[in-house]
Amino acid sequence: MANLNLLQAINQALDIAMAADERVLCFGEDVGGFGGVFRATSHLQEKYGKARCFNTPLVEQGIIGFANGLAAQGSTPVAEIQFADYIFPAFDQIVNESAKFRYRSGDLFNVGGLTIRTPYGGGIAGGLYHSQSPEAYFAHTPGLKVVVPRNPHQAKGLLLAAIRDPNPVLFFEPKRLYRASTGEVPESDYQLPLGEAEVIKEGSDITLLAWGAQMEVIEEAAELAEKEGISCEVVDLRSILPWDVETVANSVLKTGRLLISHEAPLTGGFAGEIAATIQERCFLYLESPISRVTGLDTPFPLTLEKEYLPDRLKVFEAIKASVAY
Amino acid sequence: MTTTTSSLVHSPAFLKGDEFSIDTFALLKQDGSLFEGAAPPDLDRDKALRIYHAMVFTRVLDERMLAAQRQGRLSFYMQCTGEEAAVIGSAAALDDEDMIMAQYREQGALAYRGFSCDEFMNQMFGNERDYGKGRQMPIHYGSAKLNYMTISSPLATQIPQATGYAYGQKLAGDGHCTITYFGEGAASEGDFHAALNMATVHKVPVIFFCRNNGYAISTPAVEQFAADGVAPRAFGYKMRVIRVDGNDVLAVYQATMEARRLAVEHNQPVLIEAMTYRLAAHSSSDDPSGYRSKKEEEAWREKDPILRLRRWLESCDWWSDEEEKALQERLRREVLETMKAAQKRPAPPLDSLVTDVYDTPTPQLNEQLAKLEAHIRLYPEAYPKSASRRSAEGSAGAPGAENGQGGR
Ligand SMILES: Cc1ncc(C[n+]2csc(CCOP(=O)(O)OP(=O)(O)O)c2C)c(N)n1
Repeated sequence: MANLNLLQAINQALDIAMAADERVLCFGEDVGGFGGVFRATSHLQEKYGKARCFNTPLVEQGIIGFANGLAAQGSTPVAEIQFADYIFPAFDQIVNESAKFRYRSGDLFNVGGLTIRTPYGGGIAGGLYHSQSPEAYFAHTPGLKVVVPRNPHQAKGLLLAAIRDPNPVLFFEPKRLYRASTGEVPESDYQLPLGEAEVIKEGSDITLLAWGAQMEVIEEAAELAEKEGISCEVVDLRSILPWDVETVANSVLKTGRLLISHEAPLTGGFAGEIAATIQERCFLYLESPISRVTGLDTPFPLTLEKEYLPDRLKVFEAIKASVAY
Repeated sequence: MTTTTSSLVHSPAFLKGDEFSIDTFALLKQDGSLFEGAAPPDLDRDKALRIYHAMVFTRVLDERMLAAQRQGRLSFYMQCTGEEAAVIGSAAALDDEDMIMAQYREQGALAYRGFSCDEFMNQMFGNERDYGKGRQMPIHYGSAKLNYMTISSPLATQIPQATGYAYGQKLAGDGHCTITYFGEGAASEGDFHAALNMATVHKVPVIFFCRNNGYAISTPAVEQFAADGVAPRAFGYKMRVIRVDGNDVLAVYQATMEARRLAVEHNQPVLIEAMTYRLAAHSSSDDPSGYRSKKEEEAWREKDPILRLRRWLESCDWWSDEEEKALQERLRREVLETMKAAQKRPAPPLDSLVTDVYDTPTPQLNEQLAKLEAHIRLYPEAYPKSASRRSAEGSAGAPGAENGQGGR
C-alpha cells in the first residue's frame, strides 16, 4: 500500500498495464517525453520507449481514428484526449466507429482493445471549455462503456479493468481531484468491475447517487443531512454505461427516495435516464419524486461558477425537500 | 469535370516534392539595419510608431499580468512574448475594418486595433464590464466594434469559420477580408485542412496566418509534422503561400499587405507562415524547463522582435531613449492602475448565467434562475460574488455593453 493521489494512481495503472502486456500503447497530445499536461503519463516513454508512448500531432479525430485502427489490428491503445471538452473533434470516430465496429462487421472485427482517457469536470476556474462533463452524449451510444472513478483506489482498479475489457471504454477522470484526492492504493495489479455501482454508506431515508468528483459533494451533503436526523444511503454509480440498475433499484426500494446529482446540465443529463428507469422499477415504493441536482441548462460559466455548480448546499436543500415532500 | 490534366508516363516515378523549397522573406537584421538589397515597406512614421506602441504595450501587459497571475490575482494568463512582430505587423497591414479571427495568443493585434487597457483588464477579471460577461477564462477577448471575433478555446475551429466569414464579405462586396491566426500545432487539426480547401475552391478573400513558434505546449514542431513546416500544404490546395521571418516586423507587414491585395482584389486566399518562437511558457500553467533548454530560449531572446524594430526606428530618427523611457513608464503605470480598478469591479449579475444561451431565456432557464436566486437568499455567505451584488444592484452600468473606446 502506498498513499497516492489520483494522478499517481492512474500513472501506476498505465505502468502496470504496459509492463504486463507489450501490446499496450499510450499516446496523445503532449503525452510522450513531457508525460502529459497533467503528468498522468510521466516516465512511461522513458520506461517503454518512444514506439509505445508518444506525442501525437494535435488532432483529436486523428488520435481516435489511429487508435481505432490500432485496436482493430489487435493492439491495446490507451489514447489520451487532453480535456474532455476537446473530445468533440473525435466524436465521429468514437460514436460511429469505435462504438459500431463489432456490430457492423458481425464481429469479424472489433476495437475492444481501445481505452480513451480524458479529464473532465469543473470547479477549477476553467470556464466553458475546461469544465464540461460530456458523459451523457456518450451514454447515448450503444457499444461504448463509460466509466468515472472518484478516488485513487478506484482510478487504478477501474482503469486496469477498462484497458483489459474487450470493449471500447471511455474513461473520464475527475481533474479537480487529480491532486486533491489522495488515498491508500495497493501496489498490486488489481481490477474493479465495470458496470457495478458501489454503496459507500448505508442509510434508510434517501438514496444519494452520483459518480466521480460529484461523490465528494453528495457525501458532504449527506453529513449535513445526518445532523438534521436524515439517514442517507450514498451510492457511487462508477459506470455510466452500462449502469448498475440492480444496486440502485435495491437501494431505492429500501429508502423510498432518490436524489441524483451531476455537474452536467439538467436537460438530457444522465440523471434523467436513471430517474426514468428507477420510477419503472420502484414506482410503488417511491415516497417523493426523484430529485435531480445538476448544473444549469447553460454552458459552463466562469465568474459565477460557484453559483452554477450543484454544490453540497443545493444537494442538502434538495434532500430536505425530498424527505419533507 | 476534373481539375487534373496529366500526361502519361511509362515508368513508375515517385515525386518527392523537393522542388518546392520555400524561402524565408526577411528585410530587417537584428541590429536594426536592412539586409543588402532589401527595401523598406511603405510605412510612415505614424504607422511605424503605432505598431511599436502596440508591441511595447503587449510586452508590458504580458509581464505585468503574468506577475499578477503568480500573485494569485488572476486565474490564468497567456503571453505573446516573442511573437509581437508576427501578430502586430500583420494586423497593421490590414484595414481596421477587416475581420480578425484569432487563436488566443494575438492580444497584440487587438491592442493595435485600439482595445484599451481597461477593456483588456475587464475581460481578464471577468467583471461586470467584461463584454463576454465573465463567462470565459482570461485572455478570451472579443470586440465587435474592433472587428475581433471572440476567442474560442477549442483549437482551429476559427479557421474554417474565417473562410466562411470572408466568403460572406466577398458576397457583400465591401472590399474587406478576414485574417485568421493559428499555431503550427493547431494546423494539424482537420479544421485547418477543410478551411484551406474550401477557400481555394470558393475563391475566398481570407488570409491564413500561421504562427510557427516551434512548440504546441511541450510538443516540438518536429513531432508535429515531418514536412518543411506548414507552408508546403498550400500547394496541395493551389493556394498562394509565403514564409516570412516572424520576428521581422517589416517583412511581416509587407508580406501581409501583399496577401491582403491578393485576397481583396483577386479573391485569392493566402497562407502566411511566420517563423518565430514562443519565448514564454505556453501559459501560466506551464513550465517549459520540462521540455526545452535555456540555451535554446536564450538564442531566441537574442532575436527579440521589439528590440529589432526599436533599432530600426532609431536609425530613422523616429525614436529616442527618452521617448522609450517615457513610454515604458506610462504603460507600466496605466497597466497597474487599470488592473487595480478592474479587479475591484463586481461580478456580472446573476441573470448573466442564463442570458445569451438563446436570444431570450427559455421558460426552463427562467425557472432555474428563480430557484437559484431563492437558494442564494438562503445562503448569502456561500455565494459572495452574487450575494454582495444584490445589495449593490442598480448602481452598475449596462453589463456587457461596449462602452466608449478608450484610445491608447
Ligand atoms: C481542440 C483542442 N485540442 C486541444 C487543446 C489544448 N491545447 C490548448 S493550446 C494547445 C497547443 C497549441 O499549440 P499551437 O497551435 O502551436 O499554438 P501556440 O500555443 O504555440 O501559440 C493545446 C494542445 C485545445 N485547446 N483544443
